[in-house]
Amino acid sequence: MNHGTALLWKRRALSSLSTTRRGLPKEKMSENGMMSRAKVLTIDTMNPTVKKVEYAVRGPIVQRAVELERELSEGMKKPFTEVIKANIGDAHAMGQQPITFFRQVLALCSYPELLSDSAFPEDAKSRACRILNSCGGNSMGSYSASQGIESVRQDVARYIERRDGGVPCDPDNIYLTTGASDGIVTMLKLLVCGEGAMRTGVMISIPQYPLYSAALAELGAVQINYYLNEGKCWSLDIDELQRALNEARLYCNPRALCIINPGNPTGQVQSRECIEDVIRFAAKERLFLMADEVYQDNVYAEGCQFHSFKKVLFEMGPEYSETVELASFHSSSKCYMGECGFRGGYMEIINMDDDVKAQLTKLLSVRLCPPVPGQALMDLVVNPPQPGEPSYERFIKERTATLSVLAEKAKLTEQVLNTVEGIRCNPVQGAMYSFPRLTIPEKALQEAKELGQQPDMFYCMKMLEETGICLVPGSGFGQKEGTYHFRMTILPPTDKLKILLNNVKEFHQRFTQQYS
Amino acid sequence: MAWESLNPPRDYLKAGVRKPYRDVIDVSWGDPHRAGVKPLSFVRQVLAACLYPKLMEGDRLMVDVRQRAQRLLKECAGGSIGSYSNTAGIPEIVQRVSEFITRRDGGVPCRRENIFISSGSQWALNILKVLVNSEASPRTGVLTPVPCHSTTILSLMALGAAAVPYHLTEERGWALEVEELQRALDSAKGVCSPVALYVINPGNPAGYVQNRKSMQEVIRFAAEKRLFLLADEVYQDCVYGKTEFVSYKRALAEMGPPLSETVELASFHTASKGLMGECGLRAGYVELVNLDPAVMKHINSLFSTNSCAPVLGQIALDVMTNPPQPGDPSYPLYMKHIRTSLAENVRRVEEVVNSLPGFSCQPVEGGAFAFPTVFLPPKAIERAKEVGMKPDTFYCLRLLEEAGLLFSPGTEYGQKEGTYHIRFCIMIPLDVMEELLRRLSGFHKRFMKEFS
Repeated sequence: MNHGTALLWKRRALSSLSTTRRGLPKEKMSENGMMSRAKVLTIDTMNPTVKKVEYAVRGPIVQRAVELERELSEGMKKPFTEVIKANIGDAHAMGQQPITFFRQVLALCSYPELLSDSAFPEDAKSRACRILNSCGGNSMGSYSASQGIESVRQDVARYIERRDGGVPCDPDNIYLTTGASDGIVTMLKLLVCGEGAMRTGVMISIPQYPLYSAALAELGAVQINYYLNEGKCWSLDIDELQRALNEARLYCNPRALCIINPGNPTGQVQSRECIEDVIRFAAKERLFLMADEVYQDNVYAEGCQFHSFKKVLFEMGPEYSETVELASFHSSSKCYMGECGFRGGYMEIINMDDDVKAQLTKLLSVRLCPPVPGQALMDLVVNPPQPGEPSYERFIKERTATLSVLAEKAKLTEQVLNTVEGIRCNPVQGAMYSFPRLTIPEKALQEAKELGQQPDMFYCMKMLEETGICLVPGSGFGQKEGTYHFRMTILPPTDKLKILLNNVKEFHQRFTQQYS
Repeated sequence: MAWESLNPPRDYLKAGVRKPYRDVIDVSWGDPHRAGVKPLSFVRQVLAACLYPKLMEGDRLMVDVRQRAQRLLKECAGGSIGSYSNTAGIPEIVQRVSEFITRRDGGVPCRRENIFISSGSQWALNILKVLVNSEASPRTGVLTPVPCHSTTILSLMALGAAAVPYHLTEERGWALEVEELQRALDSAKGVCSPVALYVINPGNPAGYVQNRKSMQEVIRFAAEKRLFLLADEVYQDCVYGKTEFVSYKRALAEMGPPLSETVELASFHTASKGLMGECGLRAGYVELVNLDPAVMKHINSLFSTNSCAPVLGQIALDVMTNPPQPGDPSYPLYMKHIRTSLAENVRRVEEVVNSLPGFSCQPVEGGAFAFPTVFLPPKAIERAKEVGMKPDTFYCLRLLEEAGLLFSPGTEYGQKEGTYHIRFCIMIPLDVMEELLRRLSGFHKRFMKEFS
């Protein structure tokens, strides 16, 4: 991904400026022979793979957005009064309310003296006691086991069994993680090895969530792109998987297949048949399956349903369920919880070789343990209030409200964006984003080229400067050559979202006009 | 980790086996809460209020708790601790951390752009990731002390780097000697390519606090040999002896240019140790000094892929760097805490352990652990060999089985060939310490007699 030439010049200017400010002598040797200039850690000496790491969701456009916020707060005049960060899947930042029950229990866990306070319902108190009893010294401040608190893992296993209609789940296969990202990166670390033509290749959808491309770059793995079909609502074609795999076999050793369902940024919810096809494909081609299912409760479209890879795998019978290696990921950051700041998550590992499991445990122990409040939160997510319990009514009401509002906003977004000539938006079947396709006029493509910017980055930067709306250009996620997109969250409150969508519409019309 | 796989202590009691003790005292971790230390009320009240703002209605919580929580919530996107924060941490908290550092260092300026708050040890992992070139031949090397806590060594191994050990001199209070650094560096020739020097101050497992002179020697050595300095200072609030803690940042700044403007330094601190002991919240920060700006950009990218540090942990850091002040309603309770009993613990440990024949303990000047030498009799060493264990592992296993004390063997941390040590956490309540010392004395005398 190219950065704007302007940014490059700015960076060089800044670095030479700071050198001058520091007053460092250029190539001077002092009396006792010490070099006073050259650094140990430079662009040339640093780990080369880290240089390739980019994460568009928090990349240059977001940095500019933060700058603009600062300028606004300092009183600078702008064509907008606030910066709207529609770049990141952060529900609470956009006003979504937390689930009361969860916050009550966590408050009790933080400060157990509150257990004697009548402001808290009994079921919250008993949950809190149960969690505290499983913590060292009855405090969330103790380290837990690296794999996560045992009782939480057991609760997660039971949740998975209920969710999957009784398909058994072994708590030993559950690993609590620091967000889902921690689990995903750890699994990739285990999978990546080999040199040259035997270097591990990992299949990932295009478009994808850029954590995957960043992790693969850092690990020096080969990224194998398989394209989702935009014309068919971002569906996954097995033929395309086969094509990508066959080509990749020429220059690397493909070992893993990553799939995000519901999709990010695309929002598609895979059909059951599709999931079965993917499993059969993975079995046939001997690929380790990584199923990123963090948006499993965010399903909006009629006729769409979430099917976990685990469940489908087991329902396909022992030929598959006893052989296909699968890691499934979940998190407390999305769905109806939106508790990103807790960094809670888990992964379930199926059919992993025992020796490899031992290595996994060792790898995880390096980071000691996941944040305990996140583990506690995960426990509540998998073990929410039940019918008859004091907090049940309120819990159901809050959860339903949150999910139904998201469904409305998904629909609204699709509708409004599709009224704009030059914007084509697939139905937002699930997750938290729209990923519409843009028609960018030739003159704009030219100007972007001159600036050394990706066309959709050029477009999004302009939108940011003119409207204060921060989106992520499609080039940050990957897209078919010659197509342009942006990713926008559906998270702002409905009335704000309407204004936002309108501003996007007007900007696009102006932009198209300007470059016609 | 070999030792941990040998003995999950709870299982001993679960199995219903009769033991001469009621419970296992687990001091194998640097985890004060696990050992019975109570969390600090102020920080927990602030956390509770941030989690469930309704608590701030009425007078349930003291006014300074409410003010702190309200301020923090305003600094969170959407007023919720459930939001992501900026990559390097909530900007206002980062600002306050930088001010804390400046105060701590007697006015040495601290730039907030140089600070990254992250999930516990992730900061170290990210910095190491940038330094270690996994494709290089020869491998990247990092000088590490002996003894050293195992997490660092494991991190290095996981990244494909080589640990180049340098021995601390136990007889001189675990002093770090430059000649030994040179020897270590020489030993790396042809084996690996050292790029960094990792120091722990105050130490872990050995409880030393480096003096300024020693630190200046280390800094000069790093400058001369072109090594990136990694300063693990997580125990900086745990200092009991005569030697004052001075940060590497401060020592470096006081040496003036050119060193102060060129030596590249990463300093680590955390909310897991010190008075807070909030290990489970996973919050720490790294301050980067004199790094190449182009490299800083990449470091930022790397941190961004972790999203952000857990927000509750960031709040704990905020309290750690800005505790209640004299005059605040919460101040009296806040102060009346572990520091006094820690000094007492240290005194008792040194007194008891040094009075037992077969034990020798260097002064515990700082840190969370005692790391005495155990002079194991030849018969014990023989027996250990017979059962296929390292001698100090054998000692610790017996200690667990017979006295219900879970320590860790020196073998886990590295030690001079032919010497044996045990490590145990001293950040525990006074009464638990007394019980620990009672059991340890009894066991040790019996053990020494058995193998005499």
